[in-house]
Amino acid sequence: MEWLSWFSRPENTKPLALIIFFVTFIGILIYVYGSRKRGQKLESYRDIPFLDDQDANKDKQ
Amino acid sequence: MATDTHSGAEPAEQYNFDIVKKFAVMSLVWAVVGMSVGVWIASELAWPFLNFDSPYFSFGRFRPVHTSAVIFGFGGSALFATSYYVVQRTCQARLFPDGLASFTFWGWQTVIVLAAVSYVLGYTQAREYAEMEWPIDILIEAVWVSYLIVFVGTIMRRKQPHIYVANWFYLGFILATALLHTFNNLAMPIDLFSMKSYSLFAGTQDAMTQWWYGHNAVGFFLTAAFLGMMYYFVPKHAGRPIYSYRLSIVHFWALCFMYMWVGGHHLHWTALPDWTSSLAAAFSILLLMPSWGGMINGIMTLSGAWDKLRTDPIMRFMIVALSFYGMSTFEGPMMSLKEVNALSHYTDWTVGHVHSGALGWVAMISFGSLYHMMPRLWNTRMWSPRMVEWHFWLATIGIVLYIVAMWISGITQGLMWRSFDEFGNLQYSFAESVAKMMPFYAMRAIGGMFFLTGAAMMALNMFMTIRQGQRENAAAVAGKLAHA
Repeated sequence: MEWLSWFSRPENTKPLALIIFFVTFIGILIYVYGSRKRGQKLESYRDIPFLDDQDANKDKQ
Repeated sequence: MATDTHSGAEPAEQYNFDIVKKFAVMSLVWAVVGMSVGVWIASELAWPFLNFDSPYFSFGRFRPVHTSAVIFGFGGSALFATSYYVVQRTCQARLFPDGLASFTFWGWQTVIVLAAVSYVLGYTQAREYAEMEWPIDILIEAVWVSYLIVFVGTIMRRKQPHIYVANWFYLGFILATALLHTFNNLAMPIDLFSMKSYSLFAGTQDAMTQWWYGHNAVGFFLTAAFLGMMYYFVPKHAGRPIYSYRLSIVHFWALCFMYMWVGGHHLHWTALPDWTSSLAAAFSILLLMPSWGGMINGIMTLSGAWDKLRTDPIMRFMIVALSFYGMSTFEGPMMSLKEVNALSHYTDWTVGHVHSGALGWVAMISFGSLYHMMPRLWNTRMWSPRMVEWHFWLATIGIVLYIVAMWISGITQGLMWRSFDEFGNLQYSFAESVAKMMPFYAMRAIGGMFFLTGAAMMALNMFMTIRQGQRENAAAVAGKLAHA
C-alpha cells in the first residue's frame, strides 16, 4: 500500500490530473472531428427538436 | 395530476405539461418578487432612509432574499419548467414519475419561501448563494435527488436513440449542483432543534470550498443549465437547427472540464496558496474559448435568417442574451487576471459583472424561452405582442444603465482605495469613496426599476395570455360538445 502515498503529494497528482484530463479532452475532439462519416451522423442529431412536430403533422394528416 | 397534450404542435404522445405550467408561472412570480427586493436594496444604498432603522429591512437581511428569489426562485423554477418540457419533447416520452415531479415543485417552492423568511428573521450561515441553514439544506437535497430521478428516469424512457445535447447540459447542471450543494454545506448542527450549525471546514479551506461552490453555481446553475435552454429554444424558435452539433458537444465537455477549477480566482491576494489562484486564473482564461464557441454556435443558428431580429422580439431576447453571454464570459476571465483583480476586487465592478451575466444572459434567455413556451402550453398566442416589444427595450435599457453605473463606480472605488499621498498615506478615507458612489447607486437603482417594470409587464402579459388560452380552450370544448 506504500505506492498509494505517491498520490498524496500534489507535485505528483497535479501533472497526473492534467495529463488525464488533457488526453480525455483530445480523445473527445478526435471522436467528434476525426471521421467524416461520424461527423455527418452527429450533425443529423441537430433535427431532434423538430421531430415531434413532424410526428404531430403526420398524425394530423 | 392533470394530463395535457402539448397544444401548439399536438404531438402524438401525451406529456405531463401540468408540472411545466406550474413551474413556469412560479418563475414569473419569483422574478417580480426577487427583482422588487433587488430594486429595494439598490435604492437603500442610494437613499439610506429606506432602511427605516429596522433590522428586518436592512440591506444585510434583504440581499440574500433578493439573490435567492432571483437565482433559485426565478432562475431555478424556469430551469425546472424548461428542462421538464425539453426532456419530454426531445425524448418523446412522458415525465417519470408524476408524483415525484410534483414533489419537486412543492418542495422547491417551500425551499424558497423558508429561505426568504429565515433571512428576514436573521438566520443565515453566511455562505454566498448558500445562506440557507441546515434544515433547509436537507430539504434542497431531497428535492434535488428527486429531480435527478425524474430527469434520468425520463431519459431512460426515451423513444429517441440519441440524447439531444440540451439534455446533456441540463443533466450536467443537475449532477454538478448536487455535488456542490452537498460538499459546500457539510456542517454540524449545534443542536437538533437549533437552526445554527458549524461548517466542517475552517479558515482558508472554508473560503476555498465556498468559492468552489460559488463559482460553479455560476458555471453550472447559471451557465450550463441556461445553455441547455438555449440549445433547444433558439433553434426551435428560429425554426432552424443549431449551427453545429459537433461544436455543441465540444462546448459541453470543455465547460465541464474547465469550470470546476476556476473558483480560486475569487480569492486572489488572500491566504489561499498562490499556485491555487494562479491555476484558477489560467483555467478562467482557457474558458473563454468554449464560452465563445457556444455563443457563436447559438448566434450562427440564425445565419441566413437575420431578418427575424427586426421582426421578432422573442428572437431578439435570445440573441441579445447570447451577446451578453459573450460579453460577460470575456469580462470574467479578464477580471480573473491578478493585476486586474487587484483593482476590481471588492468593488462594484464585480456587482456589475455579475448582473451583466444574470440580467443580460440568464434573465434574457429565460424571458425569450418562456415567451416561446408558455403560449404553446396554453394553446394560444401572446395576449399583447406590443408589450413583449416594450419589455425587450425596458430590459435592455435597464441592463445598460446598471452595468455602466457599476463600471464607473467600481473603477472609481478601486482607484480611490489604492491612491497614496506623497507621504505614503492613503489619500482618501473609505467614507469619501462611499460619498463618491452616490450618483451611480441612484443610476443603478433606476436601471433596476427599468428591468423590474419590464418583468412586471411580462407577468401581466402572461397572466392575460393564460386567461385568453383558458377561455379559448373552454370555447373549443363547448363547441365540440355541441357538435356531439
